[in-house]
Amino acid sequence: MSKKNTTGSWSRRSVLKASAASAAITGAPLFFSRHAYGAEFLNNPGDKGSVTLGFNVPQSGAYADEGADELRAYKLAVKHLNGEGDGGMMNTMQPSALKGNGILGKKVEYVTGDTQTKSDAARASAKRMIEKDGVVMVTGGSSSGVAVAVQGLCQDAGIIFMAGLTHSNDTTGKDKKANGFRHFFNAYMSGAALGPVLEKTYGNDRTTYHLTADYTWGWTQEESIVASTEAIGWTTGAKVMTPVGAGDFSQYITPILNSGADTLILNHYGKDMINSLTQAIQFGLKDRQVNGKDFQIVVPLYSRLMAQGAGENVKGIYGSTNWHWSLSDAGSQAFVKSFGQEYGFPPSQAAHTCYVQTLLYADACERAGTFEPCQVVAALEGHKFDGLGNGPTEYRAGDHQCFKDVLVVKGKENPSSQFDLLEVVEVTPRAQVEYPVDHPMFAGGDLGVCNNGV
Amino acid sequence: MDALILQLLNGLDKGGAYALIALGLTLVFGTLGVVNFAHGAIFMLGAFCAVTVRKVLTLSTKVRDESVTLFEAYKEVPILEAKFPVIGGVIVDYSVPLSIIIAIPIMLFLGLVMERGLIRHFYKRPHADQILVTFGLAIICQEVVRHYFGANPIPQAAPAIVAGSANIGAFFGLGDNIVYPWWRLIYLLFSALVIGAVFAFLQFTTFGMVVRAGMQDREMVGLLGIDIQRRFTIVFGMATVVAGLAGVMYTPILPPDYHMGMDFLVLSFVVVVVGGMGSLGGAVLAGFLLGILQSFASMNEIKSIVPGIDQIIIYLVAVIVLLVRPRGLMGRKGVMED
Repeated sequence: MSKKNTTGSWSRRSVLKASAASAAITGAPLFFSRHAYGAEFLNNPGDKGSVTLGFNVPQSGAYADEGADELRAYKLAVKHLNGEGDGGMMNTMQPSALKGNGILGKKVEYVTGDTQTKSDAARASAKRMIEKDGVVMVTGGSSSGVAVAVQGLCQDAGIIFMAGLTHSNDTTGKDKKANGFRHFFNAYMSGAALGPVLEKTYGNDRTTYHLTADYTWGWTQEESIVASTEAIGWTTGAKVMTPVGAGDFSQYITPILNSGADTLILNHYGKDMINSLTQAIQFGLKDRQVNGKDFQIVVPLYSRLMAQGAGENVKGIYGSTNWHWSLSDAGSQAFVKSFGQEYGFPPSQAAHTCYVQTLLYADACERAGTFEPCQVVAALEGHKFDGLGNGPTEYRAGDHQCFKDVLVVKGKENPSSQFDLLEVVEVTPRAQVEYPVDHPMFAGGDLGVCNNGV
Repeated sequence: MDALILQLLNGLDKGGAYALIALGLTLVFGTLGVVNFAHGAIFMLGAFCAVTVRKVLTLSTKVRDESVTLFEAYKEVPILEAKFPVIGGVIVDYSVPLSIIIAIPIMLFLGLVMERGLIRHFYKRPHADQILVTFGLAIICQEVVRHYFGANPIPQAAPAIVAGSANIGAFFGLGDNIVYPWWRLIYLLFSALVIGAVFAFLQFTTFGMVVRAGMQDREMVGLLGIDIQRRFTIVFGMATVVAGLAGVMYTPILPPDYHMGMDFLVLSFVVVVVGGMGSLGGAVLAGFLLGILQSFASMNEIKSIVPGIDQIIIYLVAVIVLLVRPRGLMGRKGVMED
């Protein structure tokens, strides 16, 4: 029996083994990085037949009703994007690249989260959507504190954030981010729209008393309204910060009685506004005469849901709003009809802005031809559109804030239904509410560069 | 001076609400030894009794408006008003006081069922278990209410006759600047009456005497052949009625929403601890004291010296009281003390 000589030469088996090992070693990096080469951006749906959006809204807590309305709007938007239902505002949006076959041919799916109107909970919820559910975009919310927090998270993660209801100047001011966009108007715009109407209605010689919610939205709201009322000649009296969710505001209202102020500005929103307005009326402020003038109350940021909560107390009180279901333009009518048929009542401004944000994101993806955040950002920056309810609108490239007409509204004296509580008294043209990107109220932040998440 | 009087009234009013809820909490803790975190939810359920009554009274029907001839000739009018034009409107207007009549049996029934069906199984369990189960119950109550009524506050009007403000200053010869809403004054009076009634019941009735004896020494009362457990169950029902009525009467002051119980619960527990666990007098005293301090701390003059004091005053007082006197202002020795 001959013995195989293995020294000094390669057997055929050895060569085969070595070849296989070499192939494995050299090929391994390709195997482990092939997703990276294909992924270019976080949560790329790739060849999947669907794409997932994240709807992060308050489903519990004080803004749960507003959150529920936002969620209804999102579901309607998904339905329309997937080619179901009557299409809503997809029929009126101009220009539009939407085809009614999902986004880029992929069926739109969604996951929901509960912000609880708390920044921590909202961030945790958004993080779960991004990491676990693989969403390509996060949207929603009913608080500026939440919007700022989630926008920061999305920027760091590399996901697009389409803000829901957020009115603080900071969202597209000092806290603006390249991956974040806001369709909703802001506190500066409210002030700019309200000032002339207040002057026309109440004259230019008044003394104000501010009750302000003690967080980012309240601060910028107060600053904006002080600027606009002082510009029409009004004097600013006391500015009192109140805790968010104070419940009983009586101890903050009674000092107004002897303050010498003849106008109360309530920089409150949601349940706080309902409670403070109700109690201001209870304490007879509206029936008082101060400085020879009838005492007046102004609620700079109104919503129909808030008006419902405050009931008869909103009668005759001025404020501003982003959108109202009574608008007669084709886009608003289409949305109200579609929403009304689906749910049996008119949509709120929160529902409107969330619906529009979803359509705008989908349209930007179609125009960009990809879900890649940086290309979507490029498609949204400076984008001009119409037919979505507020006349010609532009997503300004410099800060990702939408610029459009702003509505000044008043509590209706004789409402015909529980939804017909506000009447639009003026549509303030966009030019009147516009401001430069470097306006002092919006200074201190940096848009930065967009992040694709890889 | 005017401002001080108004803040004092605010404090008394707020204190009245705290005291009513804390009184119920203390009754339950003092008799059954149960820390009832569902007590705030009962306050909320009381408020929603008023909401429900108003909803029923204002169920509407379409009525033809003779002055309109076109499409909008029909308008929605409450059935009660449509059928009984004069008395129907008055009944709707008085829906909040009328709700009390409905709320008393409902809250009593709820309290008895709650005690018999759930709480009794946790008498001998640690306080942590009691807190967990009653807190869970509170969340269930909240979510049920949210499901049926939504999260938005629902405004409730006080009767038109007391919708305005009373000129207290002129009444006492102090000028015209001290005006205070009628309904808040009514709430203050209501709080005082209910608190007085509970004390009188415990002080001057045989039932109350037995309950007080049971609070001191449960076993001894049991050995005398008295079914103290049954009496304690009734006391639990009584505490539920007190919280429920506090909720009903509070609705014109703050539009009720599903979360209002939780908003009051934490503060009421602080009130109970400051007053002394198990001390009914302590709960009432601490309720009014903390309400008044909270009101004064909200004055601009005070806040300019100590910013943010209005938000921490209650907890600050609690810390000081617990450091100096761990049993609370009027607490029994041995309760909450090592």
